[in-house]
Amino acid sequence: MSIEHRDDTGARFGMWLFLYTEVILFSGLFILYSMALSKFPQQFAEASHKLNIYFGSINTIVLLTSSLTIALAVTAIQLGRIKQTLILCGVTVALALLFLVNKYFEWSEEIGHGIYPGSEHLAEMGPGVTNFFNLYYFTAGLHGLHVFIGATLISVVAVMTAKGKVTSDRYTLLENSALYWHLVDLVWIFLFPLYYLIL
Amino acid sequence: MSEHTHEPVPYRTFIWIWLALLTLTGITIAVSRINLGSLNIWVALGVASIKSSLVIFVFMHLRQESKLFKIGLLVMLTILAVFIGFTFFDVLYR
Amino acid sequence: MSEKTTYTGFWQESPRTGILGWLLTTDHKRIGIMYLGCIITMFIVAAILGLAIRLELIAPGRTIMDAQTYNATFTVHGIIMIFMFLIPSIPAAFGNLLLPIHIGARDVSFPKLNLLSWYCYIVGGLLAVIAIFGGDGAPDTGWTFYVPFSTQTNTNVSLAAFAAFMLGFSSILTGINFVTTVHRLRCKGMKWGRLPLFVWTLYATAWIQVLATPMIGITLVLIILERTFGAGLFDVARGGDPILYQHLFWIYSHPAVYIMILPGMGVISEIIPTFSRKPLFGYWAMALSSLAIAFAGSLVWAHHMYASGMSDLAILIFSFLTFIVAIPSAIKVFNWVSTLYKGSIELAPPMWFALAFIFNFAIGGLGGLALGAAASDIHLHDTTFVVGHFHYVMFGGGGFALFAAMHYWLPKFTGRMYNHKMAVIGWALLFVGFNVTYMAMQAVGIMGMPRRYYDYIPEFTTLNLVATLGSWVMAVGLIIMFANLWHGLRKGRPVGKNPWGGATLEWDIPSPPPLENFGEEDPVVTKGPYEFKGVVADEY
Repeated sequence: MSIEHRDDTGARFGMWLFLYTEVILFSGLFILYSMALSKFPQQFAEASHKLNIYFGSINTIVLLTSSLTIALAVTAIQLGRIKQTLILCGVTVALALLFLVNKYFEWSEEIGHGIYPGSEHLAEMGPGVTNFFNLYYFTAGLHGLHVFIGATLISVVAVMTAKGKVTSDRYTLLENSALYWHLVDLVWIFLFPLYYLIL
Repeated sequence: MSEHTHEPVPYRTFIWIWLALLTLTGITIAVSRINLGSLNIWVALGVASIKSSLVIFVFMHLRQESKLFKIGLLVMLTILAVFIGFTFFDVLYR
Repeated sequence: MSEKTTYTGFWQESPRTGILGWLLTTDHKRIGIMYLGCIITMFIVAAILGLAIRLELIAPGRTIMDAQTYNATFTVHGIIMIFMFLIPSIPAAFGNLLLPIHIGARDVSFPKLNLLSWYCYIVGGLLAVIAIFGGDGAPDTGWTFYVPFSTQTNTNVSLAAFAAFMLGFSSILTGINFVTTVHRLRCKGMKWGRLPLFVWTLYATAWIQVLATPMIGITLVLIILERTFGAGLFDVARGGDPILYQHLFWIYSHPAVYIMILPGMGVISEIIPTFSRKPLFGYWAMALSSLAIAFAGSLVWAHHMYASGMSDLAILIFSFLTFIVAIPSAIKVFNWVSTLYKGSIELAPPMWFALAFIFNFAIGGLGGLALGAAASDIHLHDTTFVVGHFHYVMFGGGGFALFAAMHYWLPKFTGRMYNHKMAVIGWALLFVGFNVTYMAMQAVGIMGMPRRYYDYIPEFTTLNLVATLGSWVMAVGLIIMFANLWHGLRKGRPVGKNPWGGATLEWDIPSPPPLENFGEEDPVVTKGPYEFKGVVADEY
């Protein structure tokens, strides 16, 4: 285009609209969850106890902290503190990786116990428990995918910041990546109590 | 607050919010260990809603955005509530 | 007048020349033209499949294909028509062509995203083609992918579902783009009350695209996961619930119906005032009823499921809500008719299509009431009455609106005019053939013929024969229409700025419009979209 058009508010609004679509995407799984919970309250509580609450809690803290660091990164870039921005982005990505490593150990442990979608062992525990774990794997899996995408996005933006393409008066990319990252956090804020803390 | 950019939010604000989020996480874990019957799920959802509004309004800068952003969010949440709520008309009364 | 070298404007102006100037373009008009080309191609393919279905049903028993091929044919007909033709038809093709011009902008908010959305469409389309011709055979589930059959059949359901997922992604990107564009890029003086109705309907549609489409995304992903991991989320034995699949599916797919029809209503709302030389009757009622349809349409999905074993309370509630959608729809029909009243009506080809739209949509809408009422639906459910009904709305409404838009706006974008007489002949055959086909299908449906059946009892033969004959008339009409448009838009008489005497912004700029639509100065709007005072149609 010959005339460059710039509309930061528009770009942010577009990102918010995209986040709405993400929420609706996850809500499909939450609909299935809530219907199943109303059908199998006991079994869901029983199944929830099989999840490792320590993994869940640590991952919650990790994600909340990463949400803080990326929010700080936005302030840092607004103030023109490039070095701080890069450090904060780096910490966020590191925390994202920590989350995924944690998830890996958690899932390995569960799969080691014979709990995974379509397993024989799971089928023996009855329909309620099976349903719980199927939903858990699919929801957490989809969330994990989003963690991965978000971390990639932030890494790319960090590189662009280092190269001077994202600056203190042109930082929409960082802001939008941060918005995406907060969404990942938001999903986990609901996922955590619904799957790990059912009594 | 200009049209295109926000005032930077001070670091301090974000750190306070982060502490509040950690506290609320502690609360939701603690409450979940007490048996309140069906109330448990509502407490869990309530705390999660408070946490997410903190994230949305402060971390995501919604506080500083124009009315359009807020109305958009409200529309989305209304539709979301309809999707989940109306499905219960079927499942609960089958 | 020379051959197509006279094509000017955006056809020639581009930062890149040749084919890359199209494949890498971010110009909304070029993207719109590329969409239109793909969409019409898809329509022709699916229409041929539709003719094959009708031909198979011309008489009981086997006619031209075996039962498995028949199942695959109606499935592919449905998938292509819904996901690759109807959903992108008006919003992606004419929305892209016109939305920025209508609001006085130079492009959409996110031009690159716009191109990406076209590529998602192409990738989705290619995957669908692979799913049809490759591997274990074309999917045979019907376009609805209902469980449990879709998780058990050996055909290429996973690939087809992924293709639909990509197409959904394309639709979402268009939606995000349009909502942002309408909010951010209206030119000076373009108040909400001066937006053309077409923009209002696109805006309402874009919200549905944003808020409902992800639901089909997750639903299709779940189908793929079910087939890959066998988790059983929709399997009762493993704690799942097959009816919940139908809920998830229709939470998107009912609002999707409004993605298909709302922009069509917008097109009609542009054409009727232009050819009646009268402002649209009840501007705000029309604008707000678009939003009302979008919202109310999101509340009624389970009326597709009365016979599924859903709870009686849900049937009652969803039936009631369904009737509410009739109110804003009826407001639109009444306002179109009131616009015509005492107007100075000019029966140009776009107007014929627009009038046919109102007629077909009214029949389809009234049939919808019979289906929305639970009692009569139990009888009509899964009969060819349903098939007739949704073809009345989707084809007689959405399809005719697309044809109306093509006749109304394509001369603007090519700068050339087709033959009016041939256009009306094509229209007449299409209209007659259409009504014969689908009225016969509705009638035989009331008699009890189930949809998607390969064979039927001899009592249904006459009406099926009538329907098939009608489909041939329709096919001839379509051929005449497309041939006339193709010929006219390439070699017809050149037209000026304003061949119809329209009052919206696109008629103020040259035909074809230049790159970035408006010259040096951004336009400033001082009047509403339907104020015809002083607007004169060009001679051509």
